[in-house]
Amino acid sequence: MTTGHHIGRPIVVIEGVEKAFGAVTVLRDINMTVSTGETVCIIGPSGSGKSTLLRCINALAPVTKGSITVDGQQVNDPKLDKLALRRKVGMVFQQYNLFAHKTALQNVMMAPIHVLGQQRAEVEERARRLLAKVRLTGKENSYPGELSGGQQQRVAIARSLAMNPSVMLFDEVTAALDPETKKEVLVTIRELAGEGMTCILVTHEMGFAREVADHVYFTDGGLIVEDGPPADLLCAPRHERTRAFLDQVL
Amino acid sequence: MKVLLTPRIEGFGGSRWLKPIASTRALAAVVFVFLASAAWAQAAAPAAQASVMSVLWKWAPLIFQGFLFNLLVSVGTMALGTVLGVFLGLAQVSPYRGLRRAAWAITQFFRNAPWLVLLFYAMLILPFQIGPVALPSWLKAVIGLSLPVMGNIAEIVRGGVLSIPTGQWESAEALAFSRRQILWMIILPQAVKRMIPPWMNQYAILTMATTLISIVGIQDGLTMTRAALVAEARTDLLVPMYLMLLLMFFVYCYPIARATLSLERRFAVKI
Repeated sequence: MTTGHHIGRPIVVIEGVEKAFGAVTVLRDINMTVSTGETVCIIGPSGSGKSTLLRCINALAPVTKGSITVDGQQVNDPKLDKLALRRKVGMVFQQYNLFAHKTALQNVMMAPIHVLGQQRAEVEERARRLLAKVRLTGKENSYPGELSGGQQQRVAIARSLAMNPSVMLFDEVTAALDPETKKEVLVTIRELAGEGMTCILVTHEMGFAREVADHVYFTDGGLIVEDGPPADLLCAPRHERTRAFLDQVL
Repeated sequence: MKVLLTPRIEGFGGSRWLKPIASTRALAAVVFVFLASAAWAQAAAPAAQASVMSVLWKWAPLIFQGFLFNLLVSVGTMALGTVLGVFLGLAQVSPYRGLRRAAWAITQFFRNAPWLVLLFYAMLILPFQIGPVALPSWLKAVIGLSLPVMGNIAEIVRGGVLSIPTGQWESAEALAFSRRQILWMIILPQAVKRMIPPWMNQYAILTMATTLISIVGIQDGLTMTRAALVAEARTDLLVPMYLMLLLMFFVYCYPIARATLSLERRFAVKI
């Protein structure tokens, strides 16, 4: 069951990417193309380099070899304006990372005001709409410490969306949540994907991947072992390693 | 004396700033020791002399004036040391390696130097005036004492910044904040809370250390006390006279120590 929205031109193109931390190579020969409106899930055992790959896309981690382009912009160009790139790429983290000294509303408003230089009144109106969209009306003035994990994660999603990104990266965003709050967050992401937002998710939620993904990549040991539509990869994997992994998690 | 030895008797309600009962008891204990020593001196003194209390009373305004000078120096030193220390501490978390290392070396040097030696250095090296601006000896003392304070505050700032989880940096970076914005808008506002208790602690330590300036010839509370003792030339006054000065410091520093404790407890639960 895909969402049936329009998939457009390639926006994130990853070619022959290798990433090493000192002597340890965590990614090798990664090739991936994500088009606008597409939802891509990356699955695989822990330590297979999935999160690192996401962090390479918005230049939080530099690649060792190969090329990544986002909307035509070379991410590994030394002259890259990292801030310009990051305005286009939103990212949500496993540990939410909300700014603890700011309310939910302020968390959402900060970057548009201080990074994009937009008008406060206009930003506030949009921030309130975004919080309503992630079903947090009434929590605008709560501090992160007063919110549940699922609520914090939805504030984090709204905070990223406030920058009007072209691509959203989700790094195991439900891994720290209990089953009930997990669902609130997944529903939010599904809606987002349904509206045509380009999403790249690292996830351990196989059911969710099958439901929302247009394309699934299985990584292991820093390599993409296989990829394909969720129905094929998750139900009829071609590779032994994929099968073994799915047997363990399903 | 028993009350002084009683461990912290307050409960876990960390939101109250000062525990009135504990403070009152400690103060009462010090006053008690003071009066007891005065009474003892009185009993030992020959009948012809003026009473200890009346002598103390006579000198108290002068000694208090000297004590106020200690406070003036402590406030000036803390202000200068804090400004310098903040820059030095931030330099220690700079992305530029050279700057980071230099700041680290300066911090370590001044943190591990005896205060009195630095004070001597400042008194001897600094000129009497810089251009048209005269440099009185108390100002030199402020500069000299602010150096170790700077080193200690640099460490407090560095520790405070590093105590904020790296996730805060990462998520701010992902939102395209610049490094400077992240530091001033996101990291420091959270870190300041954690820096306040050690900063206050540093201030209390500094206030007590300001009596060092009497050694380099500045008329502070200790100098005044000594002068009074010389003028009276009575050995029985030695203990009560110094105790009077100690009492002044105690009354000033103890509440700071209490407030530091309760702030520490209050901030410890957050985040």
